[in-house]
Amino acid sequence: MSNTKVRKMMFILSKATIENVYAAFIMANGARMEGIESEIFFTFFGLEAIQKKKLEHLHVATVGNPAMHIPTMLGGLPGVEALATKMMKREMEKLDMPPVGEFLEILSDSGCRLWACKLAVDMFHLQEEDLIDEIEGILTIGDFYNRADAEGTQLLFI
Amino acid sequence: MEKLIAQRTISVNEEGYLTDFSQWTKEIGEEIAKEQNISMTDRHWEVIDYIHDKFQKQEPLSIRGIKKSGVINIKEFYKLFPGGPLKKATMIAGIPKPKSCI
Repeated sequence: MSNTKVRKMMFILSKATIENVYAAFIMANGARMEGIESEIFFTFFGLEAIQKKKLEHLHVATVGNPAMHIPTMLGGLPGVEALATKMMKREMEKLDMPPVGEFLEILSDSGCRLWACKLAVDMFHLQEEDLIDEIEGILTIGDFYNRADAEGTQLLFI
Repeated sequence: MEKLIAQRTISVNEEGYLTDFSQWTKEIGEEIAKEQNISMTDRHWEVIDYIHDKFQKQEPLSIRGIKKSGVINIKEFYKLFPGGPLKKATMIAGIPKPKSCI
């Protein structure tokens, strides 16, 4: 075991843009690779990342994202977001970053626990069968807090 | 840094990784594993063989690569080398710690 004081990383993923989803996945997986426990609680738009029909169709945001370095009006034109997403996915593949579905399998196999938020599931009228099999359950935020039971637990909202 | 492992003086870095793979032997791997509270079985050695193979081909190691390896799946990999499997397996294999975040 390394000298880190972090023993458990708990992520709340509330967004479904590619950069946010990958940030959560890479940090959660990186924790497991260091021998640190990790869990992800998918809420609000974060639920898109665990819906069977949607998870491979996430996009990068081209509007309202100054770091894209394209004029906002151009970013809003039809097809621009899809093109930017395609380019980003190609760069990610070059670095051997797995697609969302495969990444979720890797996380689950690595022992990262995956949960869906009850309130958001109800709000979007989702059923358990809409979600990937790797989701262990549907929790309230209180349930999730109660899982922060170890000394050295960190909670991170994305 | 130098360290006495299996009655031999071996060069290691501050984290305990061998800095010269040519000094590695199975006994040294076994000793390092013991320090990590891992007792090596044939199954462990199959994984170490895979890691050596990748190292010799200069192909980077990753968890995704383990999934595709055909040698072992991720679940078993974590079970065999608990608490950071790639880190521990590469240390036992006598090669540098992987630099990748994934």
